[in-house]
Amino acid sequence: MAIDPTRVPRFGHGSRVPGWDEAADLAKDPEEVPDPATTPVPEELRAAIESYMARYPDRRSATIPALHAMQDRYGWCTPQGIQEVACVMRLTPGYLISVASFYDMFFTQPVGRHDVFVCTNISCSLRGADELFAAFHEHGSDDPELNIRAFECLGACDMAPMASIDGKYVGPIRPDEVPGVLDAVRRGEEPLPDRQLERMKSADPRAASS
Amino acid sequence: MSELLLFKDIDEPGLHTLDVYARRGGYEALRKALAMSPAEVLHELEVSAIRGRGGAGFAMGKKISFLPKGAMDKYLVCNADESEPGTFKDRELLQKSPHMLIEGMLIAAYAGGINRAFIYIRGEYELQAQRLEAALDEAKAAGYIGDRVLGSDLSLTMWVHRGAGAYICGEETALLDSLEGKRGNPRLKPPFPANQGLYQGPTLINNVETLATAPHILRMGGEEYAKLGAPGSTGTKLVSVSGHVKRPGNFEIELGMPSREIIYGLAGGPPDGREVKLWFPGGSSAPVLTKDDLDLAYDFDTLAKAGSMLGSGAIIVIDDSTSVVDVAMKTAKFYRHESCGKCTPCREGTNWTVKMLERIDSGEATPMDLDIMAAVQENIIGNCLCVLGDAMAMPIGSMILKFREEFEAHIEAARARNELATTEEAPPEAVIQGAVA
Repeated sequence: MAIDPTRVPRFGHGSRVPGWDEAADLAKDPEEVPDPATTPVPEELRAAIESYMARYPDRRSATIPALHAMQDRYGWCTPQGIQEVACVMRLTPGYLISVASFYDMFFTQPVGRHDVFVCTNISCSLRGADELFAAFHEHGSDDPELNIRAFECLGACDMAPMASIDGKYVGPIRPDEVPGVLDAVRRGEEPLPDRQLERMKSADPRAASS
Repeated sequence: MSELLLFKDIDEPGLHTLDVYARRGGYEALRKALAMSPAEVLHELEVSAIRGRGGAGFAMGKKISFLPKGAMDKYLVCNADESEPGTFKDRELLQKSPHMLIEGMLIAAYAGGINRAFIYIRGEYELQAQRLEAALDEAKAAGYIGDRVLGSDLSLTMWVHRGAGAYICGEETALLDSLEGKRGNPRLKPPFPANQGLYQGPTLINNVETLATAPHILRMGGEEYAKLGAPGSTGTKLVSVSGHVKRPGNFEIELGMPSREIIYGLAGGPPDGREVKLWFPGGSSAPVLTKDDLDLAYDFDTLAKAGSMLGSGAIIVIDDSTSVVDVAMKTAKFYRHESCGKCTPCREGTNWTVKMLERIDSGEATPMDLDIMAAVQENIIGNCLCVLGDAMAMPIGSMILKFREEFEAHIEAARARNELATTEEAPPEAVIQGAVA
């Protein structure tokens, strides 16, 4: 059966796989390590990154902690933030972007201020995580303040279906509770305080009696 | 089981602080170890015959003995990047008893002559990382970490390193790359980390639970510890039970316990009126077992003989309300997302497996696709630098093998729904071409 090329869905650049819409400029030199004289770095961020670099025999090991510190400050891996980290660490911005784009917790595009990571892996989905994610999506996807994402196993299958909300694990959450949860998040409050991981007891019956 | 080791006092309020931990006998095992010679401590760990709790099940004592002798920078890396689907045992230890891990790391470092230690914790574990950082600060202030710990020859530094969300970084060599500040890509082995690991120096990598058990081994003595559990699988193990059970959670068991007792006894079994259809005995990377395997003893060797593995000790129970095709799809999509892309069989194999499963769901597949899918799995296994691809291939392969009839029924049902698939317009050559390509 011959393939009809006109029926194959293609991106704007003519390829069947996503990619860049414009060709790379081959005449352009790669970006160099930023010059400290012309790259101002906030003092707090510089101090944090320098303290991370001192922990390791090789300063490059501080890449992930430094990117965390920068992302905590700016909300996502902004081009300016990448420049600042590169300047302090004496690395090229390209190197940092290659690392940032590898990891799920670094965002190379602007995202909402509040993280809502819904676990949709096997154990959670067996207990209704897909419905939960759909509910979060329905009630929160149009809010630019929220960064709602489906995440791989967050390591909390005992409270499934669950979500990591601004870094705090909450579960189990019913889909009908989602609007209330999101309201609490928007107000900056702790959603479902009695179902936070921090307050969960061990399931092992003997752990309780010992 | 006579007593709990890891989970003793686990719910004691404030156990994560040095005060309460020390009041409960904390750091006594370290004092005992430091009064012995490093060789004697290593001997205790070897006699205990404890096997790694992270997934591979390699003997901890042997791993330490592989480190080269002599004065040089040696590294201890605690693998706290717990990301295997279904596994959440380390989370509970890190959150509730971080000092137990630190004490275990100090003992392992002393036995191996190690002077630099790192704890690589997954980025999602914020609360646990905070608890760990606070515990480290306390331990440093109390003189447990630093130069000449408690007046002994042990000197070391220890830091917490937070990851940023990548399953592959739980693989030991990818973890080392990530710790060196790179993308988490696995390395070729050999050289093994014991010779050339972190910064190309000798490196010992152990799971949280393995290291946290070291104080108990020292306290009890290796021989006493080896009496717990089953032959070849000594000691106690934390198992994480999740999925279709009434009481999901972490339980500390003695290895060799019948699996049925864990799933039905401790975790309460599936909801009323349902029965176990299949279960992963050791995280989603383990080949699945069925309800006929529930009476297997839960230990390393028995599960290996049954064609699966104990892995990280995560039991995921799936009852008869769920389609095996959905489980296969979830599993395959996870590995597709987490494949780092370095090796072709894994990068392409995980992708094509998902595509074939989607064809099954949309009614475009024939039973022959199952054979192609099984062949894809066979061609992944053993052909990559690390076992991430294998970790998808093994469970998917086992599902096709054990639930072939259900896959076929699913294919037929989907084809019946899909009008295009059941019309006779598609010439037979198309099917053959698809198979060859």
